[in-house]
Amino acid sequence: MTAIEVQTVDQVPEPIVPGAPPPQPLWLDFWRGIADDNPVLIQMLGLCPTMAISNQVSNGLGMGAATMFVLVFSSLLISSLRKVIPNEVRLATYILIICTFVTIADLVMQAYSPLLSRTLGPFVPLIVVNCIILGRAEAFAGKVGPGRALADAFGQGLGFTMALLIMCTFREVVGNGTFLGYHLFGHNYEPQIFMIMPPGGFLTMGLMFLTMGWWGERKKVKLARAGK
Amino acid sequence: MIANLSWIFFSTLLINNFTLAMFLGLCSFFGVSTKMDTGWRLGAANTFVLVMTAIAVWILNTFVLASAPYLRTIAFIVVIASLVQIVEMTIKKFLPVLFRELGIYLPLITTNCAILYLALTQTTRGYNLAEGIVYAIGGGLGLTLALSLMASIRERLDVADVPAMARRMGLVLIIASCLSMAFMGFAGMGSG
Repeated sequence: MTAIEVQTVDQVPEPIVPGAPPPQPLWLDFWRGIADDNPVLIQMLGLCPTMAISNQVSNGLGMGAATMFVLVFSSLLISSLRKVIPNEVRLATYILIICTFVTIADLVMQAYSPLLSRTLGPFVPLIVVNCIILGRAEAFAGKVGPGRALADAFGQGLGFTMALLIMCTFREVVGNGTFLGYHLFGHNYEPQIFMIMPPGGFLTMGLMFLTMGWWGERKKVKLARAGK
Repeated sequence: MIANLSWIFFSTLLINNFTLAMFLGLCSFFGVSTKMDTGWRLGAANTFVLVMTAIAVWILNTFVLASAPYLRTIAFIVVIASLVQIVEMTIKKFLPVLFRELGIYLPLITTNCAILYLALTQTTRGYNLAEGIVYAIGGGLGLTLALSLMASIRERLDVADVPAMARRMGLVLIIASCLSMAFMGFAGMGSG
């Protein structure tokens, strides 16, 4: 205990943060969020907004942009302040930081695109409790420097937006016959309204996980064959 | 008055069920719905926190936030976090068995979107204290209902022969879709 007190500032070594992610190139930090560690498809975080607002592509774009904004700026601030934030109150501090950026995003959206803000409704302030953001703060941004935290936040944000857009496109095209408001199949197309209603959200997500599962199983079988 | 309150209660419980129609609290819905017991216990804990939140939010809206509406989200999340902390300490002190069974999901109630959603909607709809409490009870019982339905189905699934590709989450989501479809039938009662 006393040994720390006698050390001068320049003698203190860089503290090894317990549980810090192993060092790797920046592009890997970025790429992991999109593919191997996709927040929605692999980690299954942030399912609520993904299913709730994915009935229109424009909603998906707005939500993706808002989440990305909050994720990038909160990660940047948290990783810059990581040596100042006391360990015991870190979660409360993270939530306050995230909440500040969410309020900014919410107010900006209300001012500049009131229509989008009305459609998304309470789901913009609900970004505060999106597990992706707090999860990244706790697992990554609170433990590494701002550069890596930024790369990671961009990757995770893009991964989230991508999954969201896949859902939105499928649901809007099938459920409404449109893409971003343009009619795709002419006016004879009978829209499957079921897909843009709540059960359609669960169903689309379920189909997506089934596809992922099928792909994973196929890979496993191929590997087993190659092994023998 | 009574008609209004019962309408709020039933529309939140069935038509706009928090989990199956509004997509709220899905993390705990998929995470805890493997066993009936833990499922409905978490539902009860959630209901309790929801009611406490409704009361706290009404106090905040009436006496504090009128002069600073832009602090709404921050104020709500801080209040919810402290409420959950208080509930957690109380349960730990008086009901240690329940505390052990709920484990990590008790503190996670803070990040359950249903709680913050309730606080925000209660504000935008301008509910008074009685309406807010009834809204919270309806929402909480709706969560509990969805959790126990899902848990009872998943208990059966444990002994079923499920194809490998559906084993992780796929099948559970399809089941949730069917449940949600069933709840859509209640929309015939009117829209709330």
